[in-house]
Parts: sequence; C-alpha cells; structure tokens
Amino acid sequence: MPISLVTPEFEVLRDQTRCIKCRVCERQCANKVHHLDPDLGVMVSDEASCVDCQRCVTLCPTHALKIRVNENQFRPNANWSQQTIKEIYKQAETGGMLLSSMGNPNPLPNYWDHLLINASQVTNPSIDPLREPMETKVFLGKKPRSIKRLPDGSIDTSLTPQLELSMPLMFSAMSYGAISYNAHESLARAATELGIYYNTGEGGLHEDFYKYGPNTIVQVASGRFGVHEAYLNAGAAIEIKMGQGAKPGIGGHLPGAKITEAVSRTRMIPKGTDAISPAPHHDIYSIEDLRQLVYSLKEATNYTKPVIVKVAAVHNIAAIASGIARSGADIIAIDGIRGGTGAAPTRIRDNVGIPIELALASVDQRLRDEGVRNDVSLVVGGSIRSAADVVKAVALGADACYIGTAALVALGCHLCRSCQTGKCNWGIATQQPELVKRLNTDIGTQHLVNLMTAWQHEIKEMMGGMGINSIEALRGNRLMLRGVGLSEKELEILGVSYAGE
Amino acid sequence: MVINAGSLTFQQLNDAIRKSQDQDIYIKNALGQRFIAAGLGGRNLTIDGVPGNALGAYLNGCNITVNGNAQDAVGDTMNDGEIVVHGNIGDAAGYAMRGGAMYIEGNAGYRAGIHMKAYREKQPVIVIGGRAGSFIGEYQAGGTIIVLGMNPKLASDAHGAQQEIVHNFACTGMHGGRMFLRGDTSMVRFPDQVTTKTASEQDVESIRPYLERFCFLFGHDLDTLLSSQYTLITPNSENPYKELYVAN
Repeated sequence: MPISLVTPEFEVLRDQTRCIKCRVCERQCANKVHHLDPDLGVMVSDEASCVDCQRCVTLCPTHALKIRVNENQFRPNANWSQQTIKEIYKQAETGGMLLSSMGNPNPLPNYWDHLLINASQVTNPSIDPLREPMETKVFLGKKPRSIKRLPDGSIDTSLTPQLELSMPLMFSAMSYGAISYNAHESLARAATELGIYYNTGEGGLHEDFYKYGPNTIVQVASGRFGVHEAYLNAGAAIEIKMGQGAKPGIGGHLPGAKITEAVSRTRMIPKGTDAISPAPHHDIYSIEDLRQLVYSLKEATNYTKPVIVKVAAVHNIAAIASGIARSGADIIAIDGIRGGTGAAPTRIRDNVGIPIELALASVDQRLRDEGVRNDVSLVVGGSIRSAADVVKAVALGADACYIGTAALVALGCHLCRSCQTGKCNWGIATQQPELVKRLNTDIGTQHLVNLMTAWQHEIKEMMGGMGINSIEALRGNRLMLRGVGLSEKELEILGVSYAGE
Repeated sequence: MVINAGSLTFQQLNDAIRKSQDQDIYIKNALGQRFIAAGLGGRNLTIDGVPGNALGAYLNGCNITVNGNAQDAVGDTMNDGEIVVHGNIGDAAGYAMRGGAMYIEGNAGYRAGIHMKAYREKQPVIVIGGRAGSFIGEYQAGGTIIVLGMNPKLASDAHGAQQEIVHNFACTGMHGGRMFLRGDTSMVRFPDQVTTKTASEQDVESIRPYLERFCFLFGHDLDTLLSSQYTLITPNSENPYKELYVAN
C-alpha cells in the first residue's frame, strides 16, 4: 500500500489495565478499528479508520476506552489549518471532490445564540404552565385573509387542507436509503404518538409505513423516486423539495451500494444502480412552472393535501419565498446553511447558503409587507438544537420548525459525520442489516417522544414566562426577542432591538 | 360520457372527469386545460383539441388518446397506462416516467424521457414518430426511448438546413435503459458516458411490439420500420459518479 499523507484524525486510548479482552469493541466497530493481536495477546487499534462515533467507548463494559482528537500536529499555521492541509492531501491522493455528512461544523455566526427571550416582571403576570392551560397546537396551511359569511349569515368555516401539529415541531426529510428502516420506523411511530409529522425524504415510502400515513409528509424531489399515485395519497401532505440547506443548488446522489433490495423497492429503481437526483427539477425554471407542479400534485390528490415547497436559504430568499407564496403552495419550508445531510460536497455544505435566522426574519417580513403572509405557513430548519431555538424561531415568524439532526442525536447519533460511508455503528445511517438492528425501534421511538415532550414542556415554560398562553400569539412577536453582540445591520434584518432598548 | 371542455377551467374539467362513473370519457374542445387525468387510473379518455401541460401526470393506468397536439410535461412521473398523441408534443414529456407507454405521431420538444426509470415489471417506453429536441433521455435511468424520424416534411428547419433526428446533448447523464434512433445518426454527438452501436437484429426484435403498436396506431408500414437501421445507445455504467468523491 502506498504511504498516505493523511494521518489519523483520532487516537484510541485503551487502558490495558482495565481491558478484559472481551472484544466487544471489535465486534461493534464496522470500521474495523479494533482487533486482538494474537502474538501480543492484547487489543490493538488501527486508528486510521476511526471516525470517533463513540460506539466502542459507550459499549466497553470496563470503560477502558477513550477517543480523542489526535494530538499529533502539523506545524501550526493560522492560515493553513490542520483540516485544510489534510483536505488537500486527500484530494491530491484521489482527485475526488470532498464529501461530508451532517451539518456545517464550522463556527459560522449562530444567531440563535445572540437572541434572548423576554419574560414578564411586575406589569404583566407570567403564567404557570403546570397550573394553567397552554396551547402549543399549530395548524399549517393557508389561512383566510378575512372573515366571510355565507348567505344565511353564518361564518364560512371552510378551509383548505391543514396540518394539525400538537407542538410547532416536525421531523425533517430524511430518506429511507440515507437512514435505515429502523430509524424511519422510530420517526414514524414517534410522530404518530406525538401528533406531529415525519417526512419520507425523497426515497419513497416503505410498504410497512403506509399505516403511519396520517402522520407522514411524502416528498417529491427532482428524481421523483418512488412517486406514484398511492404514495402521493398515502401522506397527510406533499412536500416538493427544491433545495436543501446543506447543499443548495445541487442534486443528490445515493450510490448504488446503498440501493439494497428493500431500498430499491421503495425508490422503485433497480438494486445497485445509482439514484441520481438532478440539481434542478428540469420542468421548473420559474414560479409559473412551480405552480404547475404544485397544482399537478393537488389535482392528483383531489385537493385533499396541503403542498409544501422546501427551499434552501439563499441570498434572495425573501423574493423567492414571495414567489412561492403565489405558486399555490400552502406551506414554505426553508432550510438554513447549518442543516444536516446524509452526504454533500464539503465545499457546498460549508460555503453555500445563509443562516436560517436571517432568512426566516427577512422572509416573514417580506410576506407581511406584501400582505401574503396568511397565504402560507412557514416552517424552518437547519440546526434547531433546543426548545429555546424553537421559541426564538416562532418569535421571528416561523409557524413550526423542522428538526433532523436533533432527532438523530436522540436516536443515538454522535455526529461523527460519516453517514456517507454507510457504516453507521449506531444503526441510523446504514443499510447493513447487522448494523440496522442495533437501533431498537421501541427505544428509538421512546427517545424521540421523550425529547419532543421535554421540549414541549420547555416551550410552555418560556411562553408562560412571557405571559403568552398560545403559541400562535408568539408567532412573529419579535418584541419578545432582544439581540446581544449583533451589529445594527444584523438587528435590522432580524427585526429585533438590542438588549436594553 | 362526453365533456365539452371549451371554456371550463382545468379544475372544473378535472373535477368532472374524477366524478364521472363512466369507463370511457370523451373530451371535446380541449383548450389547453392542464393536468387532465392527473393520478387517474382505469379509464379511457379521448381528447379532441389541445390538452394543456401535464397531461396524464402520475397517470396510473388510463388509456389516453389525443386527436391533436399536446403541450409540455405529457406523462410526468407516469406510472402505468398508455398515452397516444396524434400530433406533436411539447417539452419534458415522460419526466421520471416509470411505467406504461407513450406513442407520439409527430415530434417531441426538449427533454423527452428525462430521468425515465424502470422497475421490475415496469418498463416504460416512449415512441416518437418524428424528431426530438435537445436533451432527450437526459439522466435516463431505465426504460426504452425510440425515435423514428418519420416526418420528412419537418426534416429541415426554416432555413432549409437538414435537421438531425435528435437535437443537441442527447443522453447526457444517462445511467440506465436504452435508446433507439432510426436512420443515420453520424452527425449526432453523444456524451462519453454512453456506448453507441448499430442495433442487431435481436435488438430490433426486442422493440417489435412497440413498433407494431406504433404502426397500428398511426398507419405506418411495420416492415419498413423493422428493416431500418437503428443506433442503440446504452450507458457505460449504472454508477457513473462512483469515482467522483473522497470521504472527508
């Protein structure tokens, strides 16, 4: 084997006095880092293959293992970081485009962390959510602009189709293929139990999961994988995927190696062939064309499903959203630059798009200015990490949030960012049966239900603190936010005052 | 059942089609109404006039005959059934089509059969009697596209220059399925990721049912078609982008 210039990223620290050579680490590691050296009689490691997924550390019965970042250093250089140098080595050795997974790990400004939430003191009583009813239910879809009366004088209560959510949260699109059967089942069951929705992504819908249809959003992307009449009618809503925060402007590509028999069945393509999603929808070059796809889906489902259009947050997002609001779409989903992915070219993931906070604020403002805000609901995603992020997003104008990474972390993901290898030791981003079965769907479902329920409690506590007992009263209520450490321009775009103002 | 499309909006027309209990529906005076038969199955539709964009989108087993031209996005994501057009069609016909058949008497616009797929027993086919515009079979992932170039009257452009059977960038990104182009294709430039060869007798025999159906529908001579020379285009790899990336 030729010598590689790429040195191991992590070190495996094994306390040999604790190691009982049970070889759990060896059996658990799909990357084949650990093995028993027959001559030395001790467990040894090939650190070059380690991705720091923490599987071995978590399962080691004697806590003999630690993984840490390799302390070995190239000569420090503020301009040429270790990471940059290694990336150049990788590309020089292979000629390949760098491919990464999960969300942007770089220290981009995170505006959630620069926004602070208000609370009532003296003049406006706060509410105790443990004692008083708090409403976190939201409805997504078009809202009437004004009250209309029927000829007999009664109020016209007819509405276009709506999604009813018990809390302003949904699991974002992750395809079967990118994630495992067990991960999908956990998301589907949890969404059903919680009264929210999960999203098929563009991988089609496994036949076993049609029963979760009332809590499923089915996606139609440029590859149209697994899209047929029964699929469209199986879900509660249809999402047209125009873009994704982790890779705006480019398509998707699930390598043939991940198209197993079962994945091929839901995508409806032959086993082993690449599933290529073209960068654009080749029949959509304008808002008018988008309108055509929106209405073809509404016609195919007899106007019984709201249609979501999902776009990545990019520079002109306010104008784009304004167009989408006029396309007949019921819901606009916007995904920010920190959004996760099963695989995206590193340079795209880390450099293309804008933060969701700024996109959300500018879109909400634009739609209000143009008087079309009630024509669509807004759902935002792209690194919603906690209940506080949700509250801030709603106050900035979101109707609901999509969470992807947080849901996977609840299932055991340790953000090792190696989804593209298909060797996820936690049984999430893999199609290998022996790895998939490591994810227990009963426990997975419970973890997701626990996480969302905990967030719901926290949302209620924060709402109560502000003296707000209905999440709808918080939406777009930017007076409930103040900025810290932000420039005037940033405050202007976010539409919030500085703390102390 | 006869529906006079005339001044009906597309929603009114499609609602009437959905509500009809009849197996056979005859639509008169189509005037560009979109989404006719979207997602529909189990009916026979005959359409006089010009149906609008996205005719038979997500079609799930209808037979549609158009006595006239059709516009863009015919058979978008079609799953099953048959669409016959006695005329020309617009752009992006059969986008991501997974099953069923489409027979076009005349020409097709840009991007016919883009991202056409195949899955088990579902083997879609598009037969275009005339010529096709640019990007035919772009990202083709399965199924069969046949272009016959049988419309000599349209074989030259407005300036009298000879037109190729397919325009630029045919088969770009193709990674599955087959394309048959009748006649001389020496002037057509194909991308690197496909292999072209003169179709063998067995190759032509494999598309005989489609040619038979085409001749039956439009009154052409089968022997002429069977004895013609065809270029068969197939992709070099089902995994064209395997070597494109390095894990980071």
